[in-house]
Amino acid sequence: MTDYDAIIIGAGHNGLICGSYLAKAGQRVLILDARDQAGGCASTREVAPGFRMSDCAQWLYQFDDAIVRDLGLEAAGLKVGARKRTVALQADGDHLSIDGDFLRGAGIGTKDQAAFQAFREQMDVFGKLMLKLYRGRAPKLVDANWPDRLTLMKLGLGLKLMGKTNMQDLMRIVLINIYDVMNENFDHEGLKAALALDAITGTNMGPRSPNTVYTYLHRALGNQLQSKGVVQVMGGMGALGDVLQKVAETHGATVRLSSTVQAIVKEGDRVCGVTLSDGTTLQAKAVISSADPTTTFRDLLGYQHLETGTARRAAQYRTRSGTAKLHLALSDLPAFSGLDTAALSQRLVIAPTMDAIESAFNPMKYAECGPKQVFDISIPSIEDPSLAPSGQHVLTALVHYLPFAPKGGWEGQRQAVLDNLIEQLEAYAPGIKGQIVASELLVPPDFEAAYGMTGGNWHHGELSIDQALMMRPFPGSTQYKTTIDGLFLCGAGAHPGGSLMGLPGRNAAKEMIKQGAFA
Amino acid sequence: MITSSRDIMLLPTPFHSRVEAMCDMNDWGNWMGYTTPNAYFDVELEYFAIRSTTGVFDLSPMNKYRITGPDAEAYLNRMVTRNVSKLGINRVGYAVWCNDAGQVMDDGTIFRLGEQDFRLCSYQRADDWLAWCTLGFDVTITNESEDLAGLAVQGPTSCTILTLLGCEGLDQLKPFGIAHFTFEGAPMMVSRTGFTGDLGYEVWVAPAQAEALWDQLFEHGREYLIKPIGSYALDMARIEAGFIQAHVDFVPSEEVVRNGRTRSPFELGLEWLVDFSKPLFNGRSALLAEKANGSRYRFAMLDIEGNKPAEHSFIMKGDKVVGTVTSAAWCPTVKSNIAYAQLEMPHGAVGDELVAEIYYQRELHWTRMLAPCRVIDGPLFNPKRRRQTPAPPF
Repeated sequence: MTDYDAIIIGAGHNGLICGSYLAKAGQRVLILDARDQAGGCASTREVAPGFRMSDCAQWLYQFDDAIVRDLGLEAAGLKVGARKRTVALQADGDHLSIDGDFLRGAGIGTKDQAAFQAFREQMDVFGKLMLKLYRGRAPKLVDANWPDRLTLMKLGLGLKLMGKTNMQDLMRIVLINIYDVMNENFDHEGLKAALALDAITGTNMGPRSPNTVYTYLHRALGNQLQSKGVVQVMGGMGALGDVLQKVAETHGATVRLSSTVQAIVKEGDRVCGVTLSDGTTLQAKAVISSADPTTTFRDLLGYQHLETGTARRAAQYRTRSGTAKLHLALSDLPAFSGLDTAALSQRLVIAPTMDAIESAFNPMKYAECGPKQVFDISIPSIEDPSLAPSGQHVLTALVHYLPFAPKGGWEGQRQAVLDNLIEQLEAYAPGIKGQIVASELLVPPDFEAAYGMTGGNWHHGELSIDQALMMRPFPGSTQYKTTIDGLFLCGAGAHPGGSLMGLPGRNAAKEMIKQGAFA
Repeated sequence: MITSSRDIMLLPTPFHSRVEAMCDMNDWGNWMGYTTPNAYFDVELEYFAIRSTTGVFDLSPMNKYRITGPDAEAYLNRMVTRNVSKLGINRVGYAVWCNDAGQVMDDGTIFRLGEQDFRLCSYQRADDWLAWCTLGFDVTITNESEDLAGLAVQGPTSCTILTLLGCEGLDQLKPFGIAHFTFEGAPMMVSRTGFTGDLGYEVWVAPAQAEALWDQLFEHGREYLIKPIGSYALDMARIEAGFIQAHVDFVPSEEVVRNGRTRSPFELGLEWLVDFSKPLFNGRSALLAEKANGSRYRFAMLDIEGNKPAEHSFIMKGDKVVGTVTSAAWCPTVKSNIAYAQLEMPHGAVGDELVAEIYYQRELHWTRMLAPCRVIDGPLFNPKRRRQTPAPPF
């Protein structure tokens, strides 16, 4: 008699979602997490007294409506804000606003406006097909069984039904880079850069890196969902974690926090449970890891418990990241040149040109912190005053690119890099320096330490074609199963990947139920 | 490292000066990048040296890897299909290893020299695979291929000759045992192993002692009719004794280009080497599935009527081709026409009556012969002296 049907490692959003679906289907589920807060990267932290910030992810781009519906997240208290415009800040204060299909400001011409609408239409066509592919297991190409063949046939049909031009375009651009695609479509440098930023967020790629069209499509998927773009979660991203914990528990799952899984335990040739850092061993019919594949295979299971081919693939899985996070507690609302309060609550982007993004990327390749970065800024306390003391504000920004292990190490240069980032903001928001009550810079190793994401990679492993779809995380461990009986994956390292979608967790649960993993 | 006066493509072995001096045929082959003799003076006479007196074969080109460290046993157990934990210190075990798909990459011998100290002799270069296999294990892999010279000393008088050389008490060494001696002040390792199915030993020394070893061996062995043997004679002996050979009877799986041309241990008649009681080894889950669902091929030893070797023959059941021959030889000692065949399942069960389609040529005249054959249980050549301890004196 095992203690549980399923033990899920990690109470991040995917772990909680997977657990909720399994518990809903009648399984006895235990969800374990090392942190004292559920939600994983969906986390809110008090960075300074009274100033609470989304510690990791700050935007909800593409959280799947189906999950909100299935699990009743709204009834459980999930509140999201209004859809954000993207305001691409320009040096001269005449900013570009991207609002759904519409562009305003920064001298945008009718040609770019028309091109943007056509581009969005085409991305919608691609996004619809992609969403279908994302909402189920990715079909195997070799050894495909009937359900996989059916999926492949539907995919083929879907491609065909887009029409010849769209299909040819998709095949043509999906493996190339966003830099070329932007130049093909648009003239306005600010527009190109603002869109390209979506393609590189959370990755180890620059706009000219191959694969960045795929990551762009991954991001643009949000347009197919109810939110139709970027929103903030009221209460900070941690509120999503809290709601998911509540929902999991309502469905009958047990969530145990401050419980570090030390090892995945094998009995004979199958996984039978986990050992906690306090020495407790818990048994289950299935162990489902929402930790990233490197953590799962290298640290929790150990390469020595895998066949050589699998160990090699796990060891070669790429998990680098160049994403950092800037946290500022501000005594007052900052004054960005050319922006009123309503505009300040939108998504603010500092990425003047694609070359500026690429130039920020270049030094990182050589483990250096470059002089200039690009920013994706949120001032969530405008829409949600609960996040800061009255009249005061919080600013969080995704910063690209800072290396995982810069030459000379982080400790000697962390303060200098932080000061430089603030200096860069000062150019767009004069006086912001004087408003800072507290500041903090989180770099990739900080995310690895705090959230267990190897390499600090937000996607639990680079989301590139060679590690995506039917090859995510790597061949032999796809479709949420691993090469070892009893061990499954449900995190962002599984199809379809990261960025608070919830689909890996949902797909994994559905797939396991279908395959009779608990029989 | 063996040096040469000029850039050459095939390397000489540490015994080359002596081998060359005795290679009257001047018939050379390429064995894994080394110059090795196909035949020294007469293939049949060399073969009969193995069976009647002693044949000496230079096996220095074998790849030798030292595997040491706290996880050495666990490392090998994960890599090979057999259970290495059961291998005692100073014992040798034959082993195969597979990729994750359960397809044989190579076969070789594992010498257990200590609790945490092994030597693996492989046919293929295995540096990359051995390195990849270290992920997660505390082991050190050293390629010793050029640090060790080896001679196979095989045949009824081999024990006597080696005892005269200084291997005192060698007759007490059991099959697959290892004994350590000193030769010319340097270590010399002798294992009772070989590729001939006869009483025989393999002798390992540093390259610096190689020439002296050869000289003294032939000096002491002269009265016991010691002869050098080339790869052709060895091939006859190994077929007679029932040993398969990489690149001949199977293609190492990492070299196979075409789909379906690899073989599993089951398909090579090596199920006795697969120990499913081990919770993990490379290929285990694939082999379990094969065991449940059936193999594609069966390895069969055939006793064929007549004396025409069935080289490259098609094997028929009635009108249907059910397989092909991979190795074939007329075996003089057992006086049988033996072949190894890969047969499509379910053919090839012991006792199965089949037909070998043999083509042979005499003075440009080709003859096609349909020779009845029968699947036999094991090698016909299996002399007592191969297993006896103490080794019988001759």
